Amino acid sequence: MVEIMTENKFDYFINGEKNKWEVIIGLEVHAQVLSKSKLFSSSSTKFGAEPNTQVSLVDSALPGMLPVINQFCIEQSIKTGLGLKAKINRHSVFDRKNYFYADLPQGYQISQYKNPIVGEGEVILDMPYGTKKIGIERLHLEQDAGKSIHDMDPENTFVDLNRSGIALMEIVSKPDLRSPEEVNAYVKKLRSIMRYLATCDGNMQEGSLRADVNVSVRKVGDIKYGTRCEIKNVNSIKFMQMAIEYEAKRQVELLEDGKAVDQETRLFDTKKNKTKSMRLKEEAHDYRYFPDPDLLPLEIDKSLIDKLKKTLPELPDEKKDRFMKIYNISAYEANILVSEKEISDYYEEVIKQADKKLAANWIMGDLFAVLNKKNISIARSPVSPKNLSILINLISSEEISGRIAKEVFEIMIEKDDNPKVIVESKGLRQQSDPIELEKIITEILTKNKDKVAQYKNGKEKLFGFFIGQVMKSSGGRANPKLVNEILKSKLK
Amino acid sequence: MTDLTNFSIVDLVNGIKNKDFTSEEVTKSFIKNAENSDKLNAYITKCFDEALVSAKNFDKKNISKGLLPGIPIAVKDMFCTKDVKTTAGSKILNNFLPTYESTVTNKLWLEGAFLLGKLNCDEFAMGSSNETSFFGNVTNPFGDKIVPGGSSGGSASALAANLTPATIGTDTGGSIRQPASFTGTVGLKPTYGRCSRWGIVAFASSLDQAGPLTKTVEDCALLLHAMSGYDPKDSTSVNIKVNDFSSNLTEKVKDLTIGIPKEYRVEDMPTEIDKLWKKGIDFLKDAGVVIKDISLPHTMYALPTYYIVAPAEASSNLARYDGVKYGHRSKGNNLIEMYENTRSEGFGDEVKRRILIGTYVLSSGYYDAYYLKAQKVRKLIKEDFDKAFNNVDAILTPSTPSSAFKMGEKKDDPVSMYLNDIFTVPVNLAGLPAISIPSGYDKNNLPLGLQLIGRPFDEQMILNLSLALQKRMNFKRNIKAWWK
Repeated sequence: MVEIMTENKFDYFINGEKNKWEVIIGLEVHAQVLSKSKLFSSSSTKFGAEPNTQVSLVDSALPGMLPVINQFCIEQSIKTGLGLKAKINRHSVFDRKNYFYADLPQGYQISQYKNPIVGEGEVILDMPYGTKKIGIERLHLEQDAGKSIHDMDPENTFVDLNRSGIALMEIVSKPDLRSPEEVNAYVKKLRSIMRYLATCDGNMQEGSLRADVNVSVRKVGDIKYGTRCEIKNVNSIKFMQMAIEYEAKRQVELLEDGKAVDQETRLFDTKKNKTKSMRLKEEAHDYRYFPDPDLLPLEIDKSLIDKLKKTLPELPDEKKDRFMKIYNISAYEANILVSEKEISDYYEEVIKQADKKLAANWIMGDLFAVLNKKNISIARSPVSPKNLSILINLISSEEISGRIAKEVFEIMIEKDDNPKVIVESKGLRQQSDPIELEKIITEILTKNKDKVAQYKNGKEKLFGFFIGQVMKSSGGRANPKLVNEILKSKLK
Repeated sequence: MTDLTNFSIVDLVNGIKNKDFTSEEVTKSFIKNAENSDKLNAYITKCFDEALVSAKNFDKKNISKGLLPGIPIAVKDMFCTKDVKTTAGSKILNNFLPTYESTVTNKLWLEGAFLLGKLNCDEFAMGSSNETSFFGNVTNPFGDKIVPGGSSGGSASALAANLTPATIGTDTGGSIRQPASFTGTVGLKPTYGRCSRWGIVAFASSLDQAGPLTKTVEDCALLLHAMSGYDPKDSTSVNIKVNDFSSNLTEKVKDLTIGIPKEYRVEDMPTEIDKLWKKGIDFLKDAGVVIKDISLPHTMYALPTYYIVAPAEASSNLARYDGVKYGHRSKGNNLIEMYENTRSEGFGDEVKRRILIGTYVLSSGYYDAYYLKAQKVRKLIKEDFDKAFNNVDAILTPSTPSSAFKMGEKKDDPVSMYLNDIFTVPVNLAGLPAISIPSGYDKNNLPLGLQLIGRPFDEQMILNLSLALQKRMNFKRNIKAWWK
């Protein structure tokens, strides 16, 4: 895809003392599959349960226990693959990744190494400087480990196996990202796609979405990639951005000092806002991957893929195109409205009976402001789509002015009443009776004869003053359009 | 009164059904034998009190249902048994009490049998002489200081010495057939996927299969029928109909074709074994079978292939024994030290050797040269058999290249020990069914077995051929209970 550059040009570079550097970023996102049970056992995946209450014989790796693949998790990852416009591999293999750790009961993690379930795909980002395609390298399924708890006892480490065996999709991007902003857009888009598909809830606070971030730098104009560092297990977009900024600068400083970047795994210290070395490449584990002999290779029927294709909902990109085309809203507006399925649902509910443009403005303006302030999602909006559409219709039919509408909206936030009822009970209906309005205007003009004279002598700015007076006198209810017309004719 | 412990399980089942004797009488006879068998060291855990209760309950209920009504059975200590200690012959599981029952043992109990005890075996089934068990060597009832074979040595010894009417073992490279051959008993390794592996302590997942050890071919058919079947909890078990192997058992094998693979004529093989093989061929001819010389050209690579694949899988399968969750735990100042101490103290030498080999062959830089190549050779070995089975219905070979050897004889020479499995490992690599049946004695009066290898899921064919051989061999297990 051609990058369409607008007046907003891409400008994320690290300006070193000697050179201008480009930052190359690739992400390995670990997304928890939305599934009631684990990847190879029937234990519950519910978040926040008491430690070790959601652990089966398989999850705790008792002797003789065998994994059995959870078909639903397979379908969820195929759906995700389809959502990433990726190739679904009809043949894939589960491998064992061998390493010892207290919260890894089997002594190996079942993962997919050489033959993942999903191959190459893409994610489209809408950046201020145009759309950008980020390549997806692969998506594979793997088990999560348990959790080691080091701070409960001075002598011992405790292990909670509730997470052990939960299905994760590791989604590996190509090194196509170039700035923290693009990472932000990428993670949000990925999350949005998976939420549309209901394959991952994307809840970063609960650890449903985390990422390993690969960062390297190169001089602008260079083609060869620099040596990369991998920052492990970052669990918020903000931390990803901070880690990238720190890491890119660190690498630039090293290189400009004539030193080399070591290929290594690093950790982001969120308190110090720094990355620090975890292990060098030479210290990397030898995971001794080999196909898990307890599981047969996964063979996927074409009919299953076709069936799942049919169940796919409209995804953000398609929805955005449709919104722009059918509802005649801007790319910017469409982008925001489709960013979360709940927002687009809300919008489409409102415009069933209300003006499309006004609805977009109200949702993105007043409603978002309220949601942000209350820190709640649109699904829990205090104003129902139905009532918002009625409010918008009151504006469209000129029964109330925009200003009054805001007043009514404030009341609706507190109590989700029908705005018509609010308007009636508070007497806020717009005054559109020309005779009534003329009366008020005449009164105002009579009171302000000096100003009328000044106006007529050319001080046209005073027109606004008259309007203001009329509105004030009508309690804001006067139809501004009519007031305008009548005033103009009276002041001729 | 007749000694019930000499009976086959077919006869015991009939006797119990006809009320010739009770389950309690049967159980008591075996307990009596087992209680006087400490020199053999076949049992790790004795469940005699519980078995007696089960027998009495069975007699009280007076309903003979299932294939194994009222039959006490001791099993190899690789099968997890609910609330009964399960050790896999290892110190690291010395204190392990499963809260679950393996699918295969559970099937036996559903057919009316009950647990008599847990039988000794090589540690994690790694061994061919039952000298690697944490619980000590098992002795072959055919002679003091003679090994019973391995790894199902406790099972074979207990069966031959009438300490259990039948038993089940596991076979990864010959662990059922070799001890059967060494103790004059019948041992069958079913087709890979025929029996569930769920609840069996894993050694090498792509090779492990549970199977019966019995006194007769008829018993073998009966026990195989009871323990076979698809298990949704084991992804590698195969959803295929289980035959009634007993009802279909027939010695009518006329016009079947049996292959004799030339590659199994190895150097240094005792002439007695060669003679026995010829005797088997003659008996089969007598039964109307057509004999055909065949070639399995990759046979010589089977043993090295096996000793890459099996340790590789074992090194990973045994990683779970880390002292964190269950089993033996040694102290350590930190996690790594705890691991090191636990596994150093918990595992024996042979297990450590195989973990090291397995870790090595899977290491980056060596994976392609060893593990990957071994997988390719494994495929060639399987193709050898596939081709052979286009022309023959089964294959006849000796079970082992020697009879039972003396304790300590091969203990410090692992390669010579491994060579004892030379005729049995190709079958595991190819996932085929194979049976060892007692066929005669060597000059030291130690038993020898012949092996029949069948097509996948055609256990019936090798059972029928075995029955025909059994009739003609007229093998007698001449054991004096010298250990009492």
